[in-house]
Amino acid sequence: MLHTINQSPFRTDTLTTCLRFVQANDPILFLEDGVYALDDRGRFRAVIQELLKTNPVYGLGPDLRARGIGQIVANVRQVDYEGFVDLVEQHPVNTWL
Amino acid sequence: MAGQEGDRVVKRIMHVLHRAPHGTIYTYEGLEMILIMAAFEQDISVAFIGDGVFALIKDQRTDQLGIKSYVNTFKALEGYDVEKLYVDRESIEERGLSTSDFIVEVEVLPSQELGRLMKSQDIVIHH
Repeated sequence: MLHTINQSPFRTDTLTTCLRFVQANDPILFLEDGVYALDDRGRFRAVIQELLKTNPVYGLGPDLRARGIGQIVANVRQVDYEGFVDLVEQHPVNTWL
Repeated sequence: MAGQEGDRVVKRIMHVLHRAPHGTIYTYEGLEMILIMAAFEQDISVAFIGDGVFALIKDQRTDQLGIKSYVNTFKALEGYDVEKLYVDRESIEERGLSTSDFIVEVEVLPSQELGRLMKSQDIVIHH
């Protein structure tokens, strides 16, 4: 199951909540304001690093670029819209709000 | 995953309610959607997580807000064969609640177990 997070982790607890329920190996895709979690300088860096030990993590490139986030946590994979569609094709989607 | 009853496809659909009941209209609308979908005889379950657990509290009296309380509607779910109601244990514990505070009977599960149930659905809808 693919989990998507589109909320800034600084504004809502969507990320924190989602991570309690996510099963190991399920891919997590950050998009829209959710990508702020991936900034290598931010408070959620450690959370993402921990998550990467059990789950593949993706960030939507256009949303990262739009927000000026240049340096993301190592081993987070950037995808474009095509990559996004591929993920959606491969998994049932759980859209966290 | 999706099963079959006769020539009818039955999908496993989980609704996730995660917001407090009165601050926004999402939980109310979610409940309406659950009732509508129940009429199509799908395999429906409802998960209450985070502030969503507040929706289940007995004795919510909204008359002074000038709105109708819909908490009693949760009792109607059973009549629509929506009987799988799950509550996230951590969410109720951190809010100092227990199942005796709730208006309907629910199954309390640890987050990871509820996560496994989520994963077994055909569709998960967050409200």
